[in-house]
Amino acid sequence: MAVAYFPGCTLSTKASGYDRSGRAVAQALGMTLEELPEWQCCGATFPLSIDNSMALIAPTRVLAQAQQAGEHVTTLCAICFHVLRRTQNFLSHQPEVLERINWFTEEPYLGATRVSHFLELLRDELTWEGLSQQVKRPLTGLKVAPYYGCLLLRPPTEIGLDDPDEPTILHDCLAAAGCEVISFPYQSECCGSYLAVSKPDLPEKLAGDILASAGRHGAQALVTACPLCQFNLDYPQRAEAHPAGKGIPVLYFTQLLAVALGLEQEAWGMDGHYVDPLPLFSSQAAPASASPA
Amino acid sequence: MIGRALVIGGGIAGIQAALDIANSGFEVVLVEQEPSIGGHMAQLSETFPTLDCSQCIMTPRTVEVGHHDNIRLYTYSQVEAVSHDERSGNFRVRIRRQATYVNWDLCTGCGVCQEKCPFKVESLFERGIGTRKVIYTLSPQAVPNKPVIDAENCRYLQSKWDIEAGRVPAVDKKGNPAQPKCGACAKFCPTESIDWEAQDEIIEEEVGAVILATGYDLFPMARLPEYGAGRLPDVIDGLAFERLLAASGPTAGKVLRPSDGKTPLEVVFVQCSGSRDPERGVPYCSKICCLYTAKQAILYKHRVPQGQAYVFYIDVRAGGKGYEEFVNRAQEEDGVVYLRGKVSKIFRQEDKLIVKGADTLSNRTVEIAADLVVLATAIVPRAGNRQVAEMFGLAPDENDFYTADNEELDPLNSRAAGVFLAGAALGPKDIPETVAQASGAAAKVLMLFQAQKNRTPQAELAAVPGD
Repeated sequence: MAVAYFPGCTLSTKASGYDRSGRAVAQALGMTLEELPEWQCCGATFPLSIDNSMALIAPTRVLAQAQQAGEHVTTLCAICFHVLRRTQNFLSHQPEVLERINWFTEEPYLGATRVSHFLELLRDELTWEGLSQQVKRPLTGLKVAPYYGCLLLRPPTEIGLDDPDEPTILHDCLAAAGCEVISFPYQSECCGSYLAVSKPDLPEKLAGDILASAGRHGAQALVTACPLCQFNLDYPQRAEAHPAGKGIPVLYFTQLLAVALGLEQEAWGMDGHYVDPLPLFSSQAAPASASPA
Repeated sequence: MIGRALVIGGGIAGIQAALDIANSGFEVVLVEQEPSIGGHMAQLSETFPTLDCSQCIMTPRTVEVGHHDNIRLYTYSQVEAVSHDERSGNFRVRIRRQATYVNWDLCTGCGVCQEKCPFKVESLFERGIGTRKVIYTLSPQAVPNKPVIDAENCRYLQSKWDIEAGRVPAVDKKGNPAQPKCGACAKFCPTESIDWEAQDEIIEEEVGAVILATGYDLFPMARLPEYGAGRLPDVIDGLAFERLLAASGPTAGKVLRPSDGKTPLEVVFVQCSGSRDPERGVPYCSKICCLYTAKQAILYKHRVPQGQAYVFYIDVRAGGKGYEEFVNRAQEEDGVVYLRGKVSKIFRQEDKLIVKGADTLSNRTVEIAADLVVLATAIVPRAGNRQVAEMFGLAPDENDFYTADNEELDPLNSRAAGVFLAGAALGPKDIPETVAQASGAAAKVLMLFQAQKNRTPQAELAAVPGD
C-alpha cells in the first residue's frame, strides 16, 4: 500500500528523526510513504480570524498537490495534520470560500482529498492487532507515558481522531509495541506551543509540570506525535540547563515502533535529542546492529 | 367534569399543589415514583437564603399530605396511560403501583425489618455516599413511613425466583426441597406484613384536571470528563454535598470526604458545571446554583471553621429577595474566596485533587490543591419528562422541559385543556418560586372546577358518572 506523504518543514529539519523513523516503520509494515513531489508550508496555524481565505491558501495548495498524487495524504506532524484536516473540513462546508481560494492556486482544489495522521493508518487500516503481530522485539517493561498535546485531538468536532479527554490512540499504539503504558493527568496539558519563541520561560515552566507529573507516575520516557511538543518538553532538559539532571527522554511514537519492529539503529532517528534516549534501549541495540537491515 | 385533580410528582411543587386543592374541598390523586414524597427538598440540608432546616420546614406539609382526607397518595407509582374525554373534559388515568412486597395496611412502620435486613446497597437518596438496606424507607421522616423491598437486590426474592424458574436444583444435597435464602425481615416483622407474592397493582382513576410537577435531576457527572467523569470519589455534586451537610445524612452532618473520611480543609466549588455550555453541556443557566453554592460554602465554613472554601464562577446571578446580600455574606462574613473563571481540569495527585482554573480578574491561571470538590451540576428535567408530556399530547422544549401555552402571560397552562404545569419540570427554579407556581397551578385547577360547579346543578355534579 502506498500513501502520499506530506512531511512538512519541521520533519525536514529539526525533527528529521521523526521523519526517518516514520518512513522506516511504514516501509517495514508494507506501507510506502510517497513524499509529495512538490510541497510547501502547511500554513503552520489554522487561522481564527473572521476572513480566513488568505491564510487558507497554503494548506489548500497542499491539498491540491495531494489530489494529484491520489485522494489521500498522510502526515506525521501533528501540526500539519491539524491544519490540513481542519482546512479540508472547513472547505468541504464552504464551497464559495473554496472557489475564491482556487483563484490563487495553480491547480484548483476539488475538495475531496482525505487527510490522515499516520497513527490513524495504523489503527484503522493495519489495526493494533496487525501491528503487534509484526513486533519483533517487544519493549516489555519499558514504562512510557503518551503525551498527546492539543493539536492532534482538538477541536474534536473537526479533528475527530479520538476522545480529547480520554484519548487512547497513542496508548494502544505503544501497547501494541509491548510497552508498559502509563496514563498521567498532564497528558494533554499545553506544552507552551509557539511561546517557545516569544516567551521561552513559559514553556519551560509548563514542561517542568508535565515532566514532573510523568516522573511521579513512573514514566521512563514520554511519547508524542508532535514535533513542537517534543521540542518544548525535551529542550528544557538540555545538559546546559540541567547539568546534573538525568532527564526523561521525549520520543516520537515512530521511534519506539522502529525499535520494536527490529529495525537497525540508523532507522530509529534518535540522534537529535537533548536527553539521550539510547540508554533505554541498550538491550535492544546490540542485536539490532548485528542483524542485517 | 369530575371535581378531582391528578398531581404527578410528589416533590414540594406537587405537595403544595395537592394541599391547596385538597384544602379547597376537592379531591386529589397524588402520584410519586419514589417510595415516599418530598422530592429533592427532602435531600437538602438547609435552604437559602434563610438557612432554615429543609426537612423541618417541609415535614408539616408532607405529614399533612399523608393524613389528608381529600388526598389519595400513590407512592412507588407511575402514571402509565391517559385517555382524555373531550366531551366531559375528564381524564381516565392508569397508574402502576410497583410491588413493595410489604403490606402497608398491616405495617406499623416500626423499622425492625430495616434493622434486621443483612444486606446493604448504595443509596441513591444519599447520592452514593451512604448505603441503605435492601428493605428501606428514604429517610426516618418518610411519608408514608412504610418500607419497600428493592427486589433486584433482595436475597430472598432472587433466590425464590431462581427456584421457581428452575435456575437452581429443586432439591438440596439432603434431598429436601430448595428454600429461598434469608427472609430476615419476614422472620422479625411483628405484624407479618412481608408479602413475597406481591405483584404490581394497576389502579384506574378518573380526574377532571392534571398538574404536571415532575421536577428535575442533576446533569450526570459522567458527562464531565474534564472533572473526572464521576470517577474521582472526592469530586461530588451539589446534592451529594447536601447529604454531607444534613444532620440526617450518612455522616450525621459532619463534612467528611468520601474517599477516606477525613475532614476536607480546602474545598473548591465549581459553578456552571455543565450549565451555560452549549457545546458539551446544556445551553441555559441553571438559576439556583449561585445561591446554593454560596449556601454550601457558608455551611461548610460553619462546620469546618479552620477550612477554606473557594468558588469558581462565570458571573454571580443572585436575582431574588435577599439573594445578593446572601452571596455578599458568604464572601464578607465567611471568607469564601470567589474566583471569576472556569475550571479546566480536575485530577488526583497523591491524596489531593488538583483544580486547574483561571482567575480572569487577576488574569492568571490558578491551581488549587483541594481535598474536596463540589460541582454545581446543571439542572436537567427528570428522565421521564418527555414521556409524561407525550402522554398528555404535549411537546416539551429542546431541553425536555415542559413548555407553557404562553410563556409570558400563561406560564402555568399547558397547550392541553385541563393540564397545568408547576415547578422545576418547566425549567430550573428555587423553592419559593416553585411553591408559588404550585399554588398558581392549583388556583387554575380550582377555577376550572368552580366554573364547572357554577354551570352544573349541585345534584348533577355529585352524581357525575364515569364520563
